[in-house]
Amino acid sequence: MNNSSFGACPAKTSILDRSLSKGKGEVSLSAFALLFSEVVQYCQTKVYTVPELQKKLHEIGLDVGSRIVDLYFVRDKNCKRETKLLNILLFIKTTVWKNLFGREADKLEHANDDERTYYIIEKNALVNSFVSVPRDKSSLNCAIFTAGIVEAILTSCNFPAKVSAHWHQGTTYMIKFDESVTSRDQQLEER
Amino acid sequence: MSRQTSRLDAKKVNSELFTLTYGALVTQLIKDVDNVDDVNKQLERMGYNIGVRLIEDFLARSGSGKCYDFRDTSEKIQLATRMYLGVSPTISNWSPSGDEFSLVMDSNPITDFVELPDSHMGLKYSNMLLGVIRGSCEMVQLEVSCWFAQDQLKGDNTTEIRVKLLRKLEDSVPAGED
Repeated sequence: MNNSSFGACPAKTSILDRSLSKGKGEVSLSAFALLFSEVVQYCQTKVYTVPELQKKLHEIGLDVGSRIVDLYFVRDKNCKRETKLLNILLFIKTTVWKNLFGREADKLEHANDDERTYYIIEKNALVNSFVSVPRDKSSLNCAIFTAGIVEAILTSCNFPAKVSAHWHQGTTYMIKFDESVTSRDQQLEER
Repeated sequence: MSRQTSRLDAKKVNSELFTLTYGALVTQLIKDVDNVDDVNKQLERMGYNIGVRLIEDFLARSGSGKCYDFRDTSEKIQLATRMYLGVSPTISNWSPSGDEFSLVMDSNPITDFVELPDSHMGLKYSNMLLGVIRGSCEMVQLEVSCWFAQDQLKGDNTTEIRVKLLRKLEDSVPAGED
């Protein structure tokens, strides 16, 4: 980025020079649903199996999530970084969900048997509003796109995890954290 | 209770989710396809597919009837942009024959956080919008051609889409039927 005024070419104002928008803009659900359907159809042309399709959608979600992190932390959290596991999960369940989908996720649960696994549950995923899955591809859940967003947010905030989407109580996002995250969190608690 | 013009509730979605999803799609296209022209064509084709379905949603929500001339069409396109993208464009620069106009947008929601790198200056980032206009007009029997006269991503002040009516399409009876 070169903003010097030497030479003949005028200084280009970079996008970072503009102030941040409030993020209150809205587009209609139909426009988003049609765009998402084109995304899914495009991914379908590139893959041969349902797991590959899920992986492709997940990747696109990763792209979106990695760009949301800075935006929401600057806007809503006043640039304060989250270091505790539960706090980042609550941030995702409330702030991220509210900003992206207009309402908070329904439930955040901890698995009974595995301390590295958490679940975010919502009854009606926005991205699935107009998606009808054919019976022979019933394992496909397009909410894997949202799972990608969550995974990118967690990984960018230094809580490496794997997030997947399942058909359970509506849509359940299973978040499996790395060993390092849970042991680090335990150390923080003990202090 | 009879409803003359029923307006379905338009549910809204955060425009940033829309912007970022579109951006992720363009990024994926560029990764998969090296040629910038092919990416432009793909975006336009996807826009065409969207437009073909969007027109039905538009007609259902706005309850509008037939257009009597191209000026009516331009107003409907303006209304649709307001309904679907949440921005109000202006119509200007009518050609003397009345078959070409400009849709001028001060802010384009799909390019909110976007900067075009020098290596991809040939990319028509918002090409999907052109496809949407072409697709939706074709479904109402109008063949139009659209192009960008100005693009904010390339340094202009506004984004200007030029829309030209090529011809009215006639319904043709399928071969074999009479």
